[in-house]
Amino acid sequence: MAEGRPRLAVWKFASCDGCQLTLLDCEDELLELAGQVEIAHFLEASDAVADGPYDVSLVEGSVSTPADRERIRHVREISRTLVTIGACATAGGVQALRNFADVREFASVVYARPEYVATLARSTPIAAHVPVDFELQGCPIDRRQLLEVLTAFLLGRRPDIPDHSVCFECKRRGTVCVMVAKGTPCLGPITHAGCGAICPAYGRGCYGCFGPSPAWSGARPNTRALLPWLDMTPDETRRVLSTFNVTAFREEREEEQDHDPPA
Amino acid sequence: MTHRHDRTLNVGALARVEGEGAMYVRVRGTRVEEVRLDIYEPPRFFEAFLRGRAHTEPPDITARICGICPVAYQTSACRAIEAACGVTVDGPLNDLRRLLYCGEWIESHALHIYLLHAPDFLGYPGAVEMARDHRDVVQRGLRLKKAGNTVMEMLGGRAIHPVNVRVGGFYRVPSRAELEPLAGILRAALDDALATVRWAAGFDFPDFTHPHDHLALTGDRYPIEGGTPRTGSGRSFAPDAFERHVTEHQVPYSTALHARLDGGGRYLTGPLARYALNRDRLSPLALEAAALAGLGAECRNPFQSILVRAVEVVYAIDEALRLIGAYEPPDRPSVPVPPREGTGHGVSEAPRGLLYHRYALDAAGLITAARIVPPTSQNQAAIEEDLRRFVAGSLHLDDERLARRCEQAIRNYDPCISCSTHFLDLTVERS
Repeated sequence: MAEGRPRLAVWKFASCDGCQLTLLDCEDELLELAGQVEIAHFLEASDAVADGPYDVSLVEGSVSTPADRERIRHVREISRTLVTIGACATAGGVQALRNFADVREFASVVYARPEYVATLARSTPIAAHVPVDFELQGCPIDRRQLLEVLTAFLLGRRPDIPDHSVCFECKRRGTVCVMVAKGTPCLGPITHAGCGAICPAYGRGCYGCFGPSPAWSGARPNTRALLPWLDMTPDETRRVLSTFNVTAFREEREEEQDHDPPA
Repeated sequence: MTHRHDRTLNVGALARVEGEGAMYVRVRGTRVEEVRLDIYEPPRFFEAFLRGRAHTEPPDITARICGICPVAYQTSACRAIEAACGVTVDGPLNDLRRLLYCGEWIESHALHIYLLHAPDFLGYPGAVEMARDHRDVVQRGLRLKKAGNTVMEMLGGRAIHPVNVRVGGFYRVPSRAELEPLAGILRAALDDALATVRWAAGFDFPDFTHPHDHLALTGDRYPIEGGTPRTGSGRSFAPDAFERHVTEHQVPYSTALHARLDGGGRYLTGPLARYALNRDRLSPLALEAAALAGLGAECRNPFQSILVRAVEVVYAIDEALRLIGAYEPPDRPSVPVPPREGTGHGVSEAPRGLLYHRYALDAAGLITAARIVPPTSQNQAAIEEDLRRFVAGSLHLDDERLARRCEQAIRNYDPCISCSTHFLDLTVERS
């Protein structure tokens, strides 16, 4: 029935479902997309599951349990192209805050019987376990970027996802710089573009939910020069760099510590 | 190995739910010996890592518990922290909060009705497959969902994890002119919502009622962004007494905790509970829709929760239109919330039910303890009891059909398993 159409699979690991929901939030494009591809495995949308292999697998969520560590290897084996979507899958997500703490102590705060809960000491991105073909950043990912990535892989080309920072999007949107004009701390200069610079448009500073920019060229912004300019206390800086992309912002956190060690 | 009459049902991964879950049923002869809803969503430890964060951070952080109902997390968090700091957000700012939350109800209910639940009644594995035969219907559902998302995008900046919510109110409030285009979209959506009620009312519902007590917020208006917790048996208590009346306990097979009402035990939260306790606070149009759906003073058939959700969509659109019509921009986008030492409790009605947050703050406003009780874990015992009774009455079905009906029974609750710490894996063991 589905002869010839590329086969799409969507997988979930530890996450909030927001990134795969982004696909269902493509209300104007969803039915057309479903005509172009065979949605072969997408549990949030359908209980019809076709066996692999799949042409494109979208993976949401981080690896945080022994079972998921095995499952991601299987997903890789049955996927021609594997794209990670979102901060959890590309950087371990908000649940990677455990990586800097004692996970047994964490479990004891939430569970009366932590021994019932199977969990790993660290929450890790998909690329820490298997080769990944493309990483789409964001917490959550952006709908337009997701459609570009899907279109690109279905056409067999590289996705055109810009590597610049949120500042470029802010300028394009015509938003007055909240840092310059109001002294509002803003992570825009060191954060990957993609959201459309929403936060400054709503009068607040960027809080870095798309992770560091640029991710692929390796040329990080001059964080050492930028961070003191943010006008934040070291504690505030550390906290804002330690939220949705705590492992991705690790270099920035270390620079911050070099620059201004905690009292 | 499996005898004819003794069997186990095992659904390994539940579909069309948010998050990951599995179901295990053991039957001996005609007796259902064990039913377990196993939520194996990996634990994410939000309550643990919120400690040490500033009192301004929970709205952004707890939004990440759930991509489908982030506004619920943001609202309960804001209200708890404001309570700890002795601040009340009311008037136009609270109305804007309610408007944003209406957007989430419309988006989340439309998602559940059309994409997750209706395929069960019409015999399709999902909405995409359903669209091959009912394209206009699925397009109507997507339009409704988009209307809710448009409200969230305008007011919140984006639909998933809105950025414009802060403790004390918002970062930026809209002008009347900015809200006006929403009214046009919502007026069109109202026709789609009423058509949804008529459509869902034609479904074939199993004859099944549940005996659970109810827990929902009550107040002057149909409860969304706040209210006073009240049970179906008539007990009412302040949000700060929530943990005295609702106790959570851990079961070995699930990462979601189970909740009980003191003295009463199992209970239900969500659309059926809200409707039973607040029907007279619906708008005239939503009451008309309830009559159109054939709903009485209360609805005890969990399979008809889809009807109550459809009525709540009508209400949420109607209410959003009322709020937009009455909107006068507030003098300032937020009320200052200076930190102080103390503990605050916050409740609101997530699309799936009552969502409770508690935070303890130190004098600098750093969080020393956090407790979050989501609707799915509160409903888990009720879901298991429904399954037990439903399986007992459906043993004539073969395993595949029984498993399918069990999945449907679980989806009645729109369980947001991500919240609980999503999907069903069913094992039926018959011996």
